Amino acid sequence: MLQTISLLLENKPGALLRVTGLLSARGYNIESLTVAKTLDSELSRMTIVVDVEERLRIQVIKQMNKLVNVLQATDLTDASAVIREMVLLRVRCTQDSRTSILKEAEIFHARVVDSSVEGFAIEATGEPEKLDEFIDVMGSYGETEITRSGAAAMSLESKKLRLQPPVPAPALAPAI
Amino acid sequence: MQNESGKLMTGAEILLECLSREGVDCFFGYPGGVTLPFYDALYDHHIRHILVRHEENAVFMAEGYARSTGKVGVCCATSGPGATNLITGLVDALMDSIPLVAITGQVHSKLIGSDAFQEADTFGITRPATKHNFMVKSVKELPQIVHEAFYIAASGRPGPVLIDIPKDVFQERGHYVPVDTIHLPGYKVFTEGHAGQIRRAAQLIWEAERPFVYAGGGIVLGNASAELTELVERGDFPAVCTLMGLGGLSSSHPNFISMPGMHGSYAANMGMTDCDLLIALGTRFDDRVTGQLSAFAKHARVIHVDIDPAEIGKNRTPDIPIVGDVKYVLQKLNKVMQELEPEFGQKKAEARRKWWSQIRAWKEEHPYDRSHDTDQIKPQHLMDEIDRLSGGQAIVASDVGQHQMWAAQLIRFNEPRLWINSGGLGAMGFGLPAAIGAQMARPDKLVFAICGDGGFQMAIPEFATVVNQGLPIKIIVMNNGCLGMIRQWQELFYNNRLSSCDMRSGFPDAEKLAAAYGFKGRTIDQPWQLASALEEAINEPGPYFLNVKVTPTENVYPMVPAGGAINEMVLGPVQPVTV
Repeated sequence: MLQTISLLLENKPGALLRVTGLLSARGYNIESLTVAKTLDSELSRMTIVVDVEERLRIQVIKQMNKLVNVLQATDLTDASAVIREMVLLRVRCTQDSRTSILKEAEIFHARVVDSSVEGFAIEATGEPEKLDEFIDVMGSYGETEITRSGAAAMSLESKKLRLQPPVPAPALAPAI
Repeated sequence: MQNESGKLMTGAEILLECLSREGVDCFFGYPGGVTLPFYDALYDHHIRHILVRHEENAVFMAEGYARSTGKVGVCCATSGPGATNLITGLVDALMDSIPLVAITGQVHSKLIGSDAFQEADTFGITRPATKHNFMVKSVKELPQIVHEAFYIAASGRPGPVLIDIPKDVFQERGHYVPVDTIHLPGYKVFTEGHAGQIRRAAQLIWEAERPFVYAGGGIVLGNASAELTELVERGDFPAVCTLMGLGGLSSSHPNFISMPGMHGSYAANMGMTDCDLLIALGTRFDDRVTGQLSAFAKHARVIHVDIDPAEIGKNRTPDIPIVGDVKYVLQKLNKVMQELEPEFGQKKAEARRKWWSQIRAWKEEHPYDRSHDTDQIKPQHLMDEIDRLSGGQAIVASDVGQHQMWAAQLIRFNEPRLWINSGGLGAMGFGLPAAIGAQMARPDKLVFAICGDGGFQMAIPEFATVVNQGLPIKIIVMNNGCLGMIRQWQELFYNNRLSSCDMRSGFPDAEKLAAAYGFKGRTIDQPWQLASALEEAINEPGPYFLNVKVTPTENVYPMVPAGGAINEMVLGPVQPVTV
């Protein structure tokens, strides 16, 4: 089943690979992945949607939390969270369907970002399932092409962030 | 953010200074093009460098050093082939949770990604082979990274950490300012166990009628041997130590049952199966221990103490999970056990007496086979003699295979850190280099390297290191002329089709081989020679190579067929049925 995981991790080279490597080493397929820096530019927030057997969900979270670069990994699959995605969609259409397309776009609160004689480029955001419908609907008007951002999630519960306090480095070289 | 007040040093000098601060007295390595600046700085430095004959053995030696002392083992290799040769040892250390720091050279920063000579993506390749790894970008971050690496390697659940250092970082000059703190906000170390859970555990232990202690490598790694012994003695509990945990409870202790699992003893496996409370300490319910999970300790409640939260519930869901350092948890547990003793101590005494008599009956019913023969040396005879001469005191570094199982079954280890073997990964070729690392770390100890004739031939080049360092290691080859464990499986599960396991041809003359390296060697094949030959080896002040030809057809029993339930052991050779 699909599991949605939110991670807070250090913005360092290789950090992303450690997270995805953990999944690929177990043969899990990543459905989507988004990552960008947070208010603190040394940290990134990542959302991964991955196909994991139900009984291994907890294990995956635990393994992610073990990674040195990961500050926190949280399972949002059944948690109270907002999950949104964006899609950029290009639809080729005939003159007479243009008005209908615009109306449909309005229903989905989508925005036209480019318009030409061949058709439209439209930007829509929403829950991933809503976007599936939007893409289906647009497909009925003509040839479409899409780029999806992948899900970005935010937990609605504040979870305490447990951080490791600094420890002293070894003081002095032992006398030889 | 360079502090101009620091002393101006090259990266290579800074690295040595940091190693020195970490208490490194020696490390194992092999130089190469990009590590030349480092080896140049080493030329004037007090830290000892042990020049090995193959990088893979440098990691195994660092492991032997770490496993026999608990200190962080250090090894070093150059870029490209040097680094790739480290992989087996890194994974070995990862599987067995051994604290290591591996230093690799990398090509000049400007050449990274250009397929330069001896370039490999070491950082990428070693990511899944290490607990954590680093690539150093500039000399400024070098000291911080080195200390972080040592801290990560040794703390929490220990493991290998690799630092990849480009050539120009070794050469670059920087103002060295000693690091005073290590801050890794995302690195979680769990030490204290949950007090409430510990209290519940203590209660459950006193209330159990058939308690059974299942102690793993965590007891050895966490230096919790004394605490384990205290627990076992307080309630007179029977205990097993896993392959990684041998010596955690002295093998001579009356409560020590043996090793459990695939080649564990009958009593250990029956005890695990029939207990009503399994007290799992610093162990990970490995498939070689549990066999078929659904049949494992079916009637038991489980207390699981481990420092790694990901191990809790991974294979078996415990009734009482306790995440923490097993030493601290046991200290607290012992205290609560003592508190509750007046109230609970005698409650189940009668049931426990019955439990013990059942365990003793199992022990007597099917002890390990220690039989000797008059015309051939049986492998068990060899291990028995080594056990007699060791008296539970010697360090035994083992390779991987049948001999490893017989050694684990029959040789006593009265302290932790005496039994050194590649448990999780099962890396052949481990025995001799691990013995070298152990003997370097503990020069006063009698050290045996016990190898099969297969794994031994993977490690012969390190005879040179044995000689160069003047190490009095006793190299014992249990020579059955084949890859014994492969033959055993082919015999039992592949219709006796013995495919590519015959090693008889090509094995070197022991005396000549040892002589070629400048020390004594000998081959024996008669039981009457065994005791005196081993004594001669031990009395030799230098290294000694003893090639012991043993019964070629002997198999290791008991044996739990892969995937089977551990109480369904094959106890000995199946007798052919005559009609």
